[in-house]
Amino acid sequence: MQTFHAISFESLLLASALVLISIFVSYRQELKLEKEIFISALRATIQLFVVGYILEYIFGSESVVFTLGLLGVMAYNASYNAAKRGKGVPNGLWISCFAITVGAFITLSILIASGILEFTAYQMIPVGGMVISGAMVALGLCYRQMLSNFDLRRQEIEIKLALGATPKQASKAIIRDVVKTGLQPTIDSAKTLGIVSLPGMMTGLILAGMPPVEAVKYQVMVTFMSLSTISISCFIGCYLAYKEFYNKRNQLIK
Amino acid sequence: MLTLSNISYQVGSKSILHDISLTVNAGDYITIVGPSGSGKSTLLKLCSDLISPTEGCILFNGQFVTDIAPEIYRQAVGYCFQRPYLFAKTVRRNIYFPYDIRNLQPNEMRIKELFDLLEMPLSYMDRRNDELSGGEMQRICLIRSLLFPPKLLLLDEVTSALDPRNTEIVESVIERLHTSGITILSITHNEAQSLRCANRRITMVNGSIDKEEIL
Repeated sequence: MQTFHAISFESLLLASALVLISIFVSYRQELKLEKEIFISALRATIQLFVVGYILEYIFGSESVVFTLGLLGVMAYNASYNAAKRGKGVPNGLWISCFAITVGAFITLSILIASGILEFTAYQMIPVGGMVISGAMVALGLCYRQMLSNFDLRRQEIEIKLALGATPKQASKAIIRDVVKTGLQPTIDSAKTLGIVSLPGMMTGLILAGMPPVEAVKYQVMVTFMSLSTISISCFIGCYLAYKEFYNKRNQLIK
Repeated sequence: MLTLSNISYQVGSKSILHDISLTVNAGDYITIVGPSGSGKSTLLKLCSDLISPTEGCILFNGQFVTDIAPEIYRQAVGYCFQRPYLFAKTVRRNIYFPYDIRNLQPNEMRIKELFDLLEMPLSYMDRRNDELSGGEMQRICLIRSLLFPPKLLLLDEVTSALDPRNTEIVESVIERLHTSGITILSITHNEAQSLRCANRRITMVNGSIDKEEIL
């Protein structure tokens, strides 16, 4: 790997001229967005630098407990957000917590066992963040679809239950649809990688000076780990969540 | 066979059924009539165990329904809904479903027998659901419920959306099922239908049994 290409302070200052273009357009078109553009650019700069210094501190840590703790906090927050999107899925928070934790744990363990990653804060936290956030978005989609399907396909479920099906048999078609919904965006984006888009991480690595083929290897790893975590999390999440729509008599809860 | 004892059903603060007691004996053909919103469909759903009463209890062959595994009970009590509904994409998937849930191979002889009984060509097995008329769909729904003959068959206005020809076919099949020993509990809005084959008729008004007639 080549040494990374550092951006000098002067260059960054010159790049801020790009913001001036937006302000100028807003001024000429009387959009009255000049103040907002200025504040948003300033906020983005300050926030990112603060995060940068925090990350430098975090990545410097060698404590396993600290790294695991931080991954735990990330998983909990992701679960909270996924459950919020699926408001109405009973016990959504705990189901998401379990699904995301297991999904991320399996993926990260395989990456560590294969020697691609090392268990250091420097590697675990950004990679963990990527897989956890991917699982969060996918689970949120699953929950929404599940709520809508259990509502719209109520008659189908009741017919199947009336025929003597178990809740699992009655919900199987819905679970399949829901898992597909969660996985589809990741599959679609994987299919078009390099054709439609150059992913942000790969572009960042190339810009930082990494040879494209090396950057591609990282991107392939990210694509695989996203697919794996999302699949595991959606599968576990959906197979735990559907049960919450039934009571002890295997009747659909209103 | 089925005993409903002081059944009430409430959703939130809204009372839908109150203090209903009814005994369905083996071999009965009971029709339920009454105005819309009188609780007829809710009563049938309670009998099928798709909902549970908020008060009272239901016994099936002397055993509390709550003591019977839901799947076992529902396999013994068939239920045909008012609005015919076929799931998946093809008729075949609907017909095979009762076998799939029992982990059994489809019994093609039994399937043919029921298609003949309901005057449906067997070639309809490969039809897409959206190619079927309302009458054909209802007949497929009936076949789906009868592949494993239930002890008690609950029918919720199964002929209400059918043309005279389809109504005639379905009615004659229900009569034959009753003759073969299946107990029938059927909701209808059709006065003549409610009297034709039934041995008892129940009239429901405002969530209660208003009248019970021996025919």
